[in-house]
Amino acid sequence: MNRASQSRDNGELILRLRGISKQFGAVTALEDIQLDVHAGEVVALVGDNGAGKSTLVKTLAGVHQPTAGAIEYLGKPVTLDTPGKALEMGIATVFQDLSLCENLDVVANLFLGHELNPWRLDEVQMEVRAWTLLQELAARIPSVREPIASLSGGQRQTVAIARSLLLDPQIIMLDEPTAALGVAQTAEVLNLIERVRERGHGVILISHNMEDVRAVADRIVVLRLGRNNGVFTPENTHEELVAAITGATENSVSRRSARKLETQGE
Amino acid sequence: MTQDTKSPTAQLDRADTRVRHDEGITGEIRAFIDRVRSGDLGMLPVIVGLLLISTVFSTLNPVFLAPNNLVNLLFDAAAVGFISLGVVCVLLLGEIDLSIGSMSGLASAVIGVLWVNTGLPLPLAIAGALLAGALTGFVYGSLRNRFEMPSFVATLAGLLALLGMQLYILGPTGSINLPFTSGLVRFGQIMIIPAWLSYALALVPGAIIIFGGLKTIQQRSAANLSSGGMTVVLVKAAILTAALLFIVFYLEQGRGVPWMFGVFVLFVVILDYALTRTQWGRSMFAVGGNAEAARRAGINVRRIRLSAFVLCSTFAALGGVFSAARLASASQQAGTGDVNLNAIAAAVIGGTSLFGGRGSAWSALLGVLVIMAISNGLTLLNLSSSLRYMITGAVLAIAVIVDSLARRSRASHGRA
Repeated sequence: MNRASQSRDNGELILRLRGISKQFGAVTALEDIQLDVHAGEVVALVGDNGAGKSTLVKTLAGVHQPTAGAIEYLGKPVTLDTPGKALEMGIATVFQDLSLCENLDVVANLFLGHELNPWRLDEVQMEVRAWTLLQELAARIPSVREPIASLSGGQRQTVAIARSLLLDPQIIMLDEPTAALGVAQTAEVLNLIERVRERGHGVILISHNMEDVRAVADRIVVLRLGRNNGVFTPENTHEELVAAITGATENSVSRRSARKLETQGE
Repeated sequence: MTQDTKSPTAQLDRADTRVRHDEGITGEIRAFIDRVRSGDLGMLPVIVGLLLISTVFSTLNPVFLAPNNLVNLLFDAAAVGFISLGVVCVLLLGEIDLSIGSMSGLASAVIGVLWVNTGLPLPLAIAGALLAGALTGFVYGSLRNRFEMPSFVATLAGLLALLGMQLYILGPTGSINLPFTSGLVRFGQIMIIPAWLSYALALVPGAIIIFGGLKTIQQRSAANLSSGGMTVVLVKAAILTAALLFIVFYLEQGRGVPWMFGVFVLFVVILDYALTRTQWGRSMFAVGGNAEAARRAGINVRRIRLSAFVLCSTFAALGGVFSAARLASASQQAGTGDVNLNAIAAAVIGGTSLFGGRGSAWSALLGVLVIMAISNGLTLLNLSSSLRYMITGAVLAIAVIVDSLARRSRASHGRA
């Protein structure tokens, strides 16, 4: 694990996208996208349905190749042509649909595909590392020897995030990590994201939930119809964000709130 | 984080006070009852089945429990057991192979033709049969990987194709007798493990449990993890050793333990190690549980599938070789009839799920004992094969129902 030994200065630029475009036939999914991610920073990627968030994530995960543009990783230009290569370089992705094996226990899931000692699995060592990692994240998993099926949604999300950290990546991308979670579990996952940031990883967070985004993000990058539509901080107002996402100050959200104000005023 | 759930000196896996940790013998029993109630039946159906079968058949015909009848039963069990071992591999992935019977028949025909008719040395003939198995498995795996062909259909087609090939290479005579004095037939019919060796081997599992248990306890306490304590290990080893010694003693009242069965158990142990202690085995369970998750974790799903199909057909071929040895012939009837269903039923009864992701190599051993006990008992009662087929069919249906119910119960108890 040579990446672990590399110093990870907070604020160091890890990933720089310049002019990324992606076309699917006649459809332009991404056009001239700019994105910077620094170590120890949570960058939220927001936008309406069809804004290109998923396409951008898949481009970074090595699933899609950009039609044009340059990706710079740790100062060097790179091409991410397979998911395996992205993972190897240190870009880990936690997909929306968790990707855990319910019939295997927590340890087996954490180490899936990267087991210690392939011909004589080192269960003790794997269990120790699992506990250590979970404790670092202050994650509350009752037992690492229970199958995933017995865990709650938040605990499963915790395991999925912990697994992405196991190979000590530079960047982790979380696709809608709180979408299916309750209030308390969402809070736990947000705590977890903050702890991942404290460990000095860069985090790209994709979410539809503005509250969650404003709670943890350092910068909020808005995509609209496949283009950059401004970079915001949590200090910006909700209205400003919604305006950037929908592309107009006059939009369905603002009209709805105005209508509510009117009815209250009557 | 609340501080009350953690104490600084706690073992890594004992930090969370919300979880009940079962300790010692009573804890072990309590955990077992919990597992069974939530649908994790383990060996229970097999033990219940064997008790039921032996009571029924021994009241109907006392010969059933005679030592020599049981020795015969073990001879018969080994051949089907090998096939069942392969079935476990494909079932773990949630796939199936319906052509195992035809594959075993083809393998026995290959032995007959290569060894008796062509005069090749026996090892080469066996290698040829196994190669035929491996090739067949490779074809199934490729059909599944490249064309997304459901294994159910691919192997159903294979069932016919392999049967045709068996009939073709056997030619118009349709049957080849294997020489009675040869090592292969003696191995399949009379070779018995010497008594002293049987007793010595009966002690091995207990010894492994004790030494393995000691080592695990040392490693775990060195790594600040909880360890179960020595009592449980000792009790387990004692019970197992006593049971094995009794079984060997009882069989020694007759002819003794067949070599063929010994070899089968050896393969069960090897496959069990591969499934539980290697990366390949872990990948098998992962692909069976959630193939997409396995793929995203960097597992080569196609290669795992291919390996399972190749193993299955190769084990089926090996089973065919052994049953040819058992019958001292390679005939058109080899591998037809109930061989297919017996092997699949054995794996399912032993506790390997048809839905993938759950099971063990031991289920082949345990299940095949149940299936063979039923078949042996029915033969002793002089029932016609029509009745035997119906009863075996019913047993398979019951096994699948138990599997489905257990799965539903596990799902509602959150145990996958």
